[in-house]
Amino acid sequence: RSYGKIDDDLFDELEEVLITADVGVNTTMEIIDNLKNQVKEQKIKESNDIRELLKEEIEGTLKKVEDSKTDRKLNIEPSPAIILVVGVNGAGKTTTIGKMAWNLKQEGKKVLIAAGDTFRAAAIEQLEEWANRADVDLVAHKEGADPAAVIYDGIQAAKARKSDVLICDTAGRLHNKKNLMNELNKIFRVVEREYPEASKEVLLVVDATTGQNAILQAKVFKEACDITGVVLTKLDGTAKGGVVIALQSELNVPVKLIGVGEGIDDLQPFDTKSFIEALIG
Amino acid sequence: MVFESLSEKLQNALGKLKGRGKLTEKDVDLAMREVKLALLEADVNFKVVKKFIKDVKQRAIGSEVMESLTPGQQVVKIVNEELTSLMGEKESKLEFSPTPPTIVLMCGLQGAGKTTTAGKLANLLKKQNKRPLLVACDVYRPAAIKQLQVVGEKVDVPVFSMGDKNDPVDIAKAAVEHGKRNGNDLIIIDTAGRLHIDENLMDELEGIKNGVNPNEILLVVDSMTGQDAVTVAETFNDRLGITGVVLTKLDGDARGGAALSIRSVTGKPIKYVGMGEKLDELRAFHPDRMASRILGM
Ligand SMILES: Nc1nc2c(ncn2[C@@H]2O[C@H](COP(=O)(O)OP(=O)(O)OP(=O)(O)O)[C@@H](O)[C@H]2O)c(=O)[nH]1
Ligand SMILES: Nc1nc2c(ncn2[C@@H]2O[C@H](COP(=O)(O)OP(=O)(O)OP(=O)(O)O)[C@@H](O)[C@H]2O)c(=O)[nH]1
Ligand SMILES: [K+]
Ligand SMILES: [Mg+2]
Ligand SMILES: [Mg+2]
Repeated sequence: RSYGKIDDDLFDELEEVLITADVGVNTTMEIIDNLKNQVKEQKIKESNDIRELLKEEIEGTLKKVEDSKTDRKLNIEPSPAIILVVGVNGAGKTTTIGKMAWNLKQEGKKVLIAAGDTFRAAAIEQLEEWANRADVDLVAHKEGADPAAVIYDGIQAAKARKSDVLICDTAGRLHNKKNLMNELNKIFRVVEREYPEASKEVLLVVDATTGQNAILQAKVFKEACDITGVVLTKLDGTAKGGVVIALQSELNVPVKLIGVGEGIDDLQPFDTKSFIEALIG
Repeated sequence: MVFESLSEKLQNALGKLKGRGKLTEKDVDLAMREVKLALLEADVNFKVVKKFIKDVKQRAIGSEVMESLTPGQQVVKIVNEELTSLMGEKESKLEFSPTPPTIVLMCGLQGAGKTTTAGKLANLLKKQNKRPLLVACDVYRPAAIKQLQVVGEKVDVPVFSMGDKNDPVDIAKAAVEHGKRNGNDLIIIDTAGRLHIDENLMDELEGIKNGVNPNEILLVVDSMTGQDAVTVAETFNDRLGITGVVLTKLDGDARGGAALSIRSVTGKPIKYVGMGEKLDELRAFHPDRMASRILGM
């Protein structure tokens, strides 16, 4: 799209684009205010230049997260490594684990999965199917078992089998449920205690259709299990996942991977430029 | 807390009005800015907010600031009433077919809560003396059939499945025949999660609809959904003519602006809300409570 002259209507239009992409009111205002300042400072007259400027503005925000965290790669070097996957119900945790196991296996890693969701109906069978597809081993107990015990066994098995990466599934939980967050913290402490030598990654899975609640989710999950990265799923839909701009800068946790479908190959690295391109379009 | 902050903001914006009788356009503009921000923070869709603000403005301008109320509270009251009426004045029930079985088709995006809600609905209506049959039409998601079977077992409701090698349209038709033979007066069809832009899978849903002619087509929506809720609901409604919405995961702390957005663009009522993962945590929807929640009261 090309715009006419730079006026309030143009800024309103950009504001609408951002809010409609779930960037959130406050972050949107901040971005637009900075944009207005830049336009003044750089004496920009061409409305076409303003979109580039907006992209740079957002890129700047996202780059800060990258700088402080070195990059957006999974922290799984050196082996052994453990990846704990957490998030609210239905976000895409189990599916992401299937895809991730497949990718890591393609990279020549020895992968083991632990079925830490012992609560949801057929969660274990679902993960089992993914382990089959990715052709990796699975450690599982029965439905209703203590999830911390499953993770404990997973760690022992990873040590015994000399796995490079152990990926742990957990049950979906809403962050405002105290008991479930305590349960997650217990799992996290088992990881810390039993596998201190492992490289550690704690991934929060966020559905791209989620609105402003994602920020609250991330805050509370970070307290319970010190998340180190975010996976943004379901970006193959029409939602843009704009809430991760504020999420990343407020919590200083980078998005590391994106989910773009239900197939085993549909997990990709997060790319700042393409994310912004899709956001502003 | 959020209510206090909206209320406080309105109080601050309108505080100086105290003692004056009526709200002027300028007062209302000031207040509406705060209301607009609150609604956007609650994930109400941008376009829906715009229209809503326009409508409320009309009503608020010139309205009396009642003795007992401060101008800020008066605006909250008007906003709350308008929100409630927009979401439907009263609760809306499931329509049962005069010639059983009643057929309910569940649909929605991936992970919204369809399978769980299908089980909850069967559980709820079984207690009202219905004889439900759950139907496994998700032939794609790993262990989806097994999940429905486990759910069915928990609520003691039979599950009809033909495995994952058959066409969901054929499964649905066969299930209805099976249900009729076995005296099931309620047939609840679980379908795979799908994106509204997935033409093939949307065709499939249309096929199921044409094949079994459901009495209810319920769109299941995650209450944490943001701005995209309207696009999703509009597309499902255009393609299928949904009869109602189930809003899930309301036991969380999302403000649930999606409820307002969906109701406003489709005109279809929210019939139930999911209040937890357990199979007895399905409730009737109360528009007034939802309005307060969106406003953060
Ligand atoms: N379109 C699309 N669907 C996805 C993506 N990732 C996951 N899904 C689907 O989302 C649904 C939920 O995925 P799960 O992996 O079961 O989510 P979960 O977080 O493990 O769910 P719970 O364990 O129940 O909390 C499934 O239907 C998946 O196929 C994605 O990137 N794109
Ligand atoms: N807290 C809470 N969790 C819910 C609610 N409804 C469903 N869930 C959870 O949300 C997750 C997804 O639910 P499913 O019923 O599998 O969702 P679905 O729409 O069938 O998913 P797909 O078939 O993959 O598209 C599961 O972890 C459920 O336990 C609810 O009202 N509250
Ligand atoms: K979801
Ligand atoms: Mg799972
Ligand atoms: Mg399902």
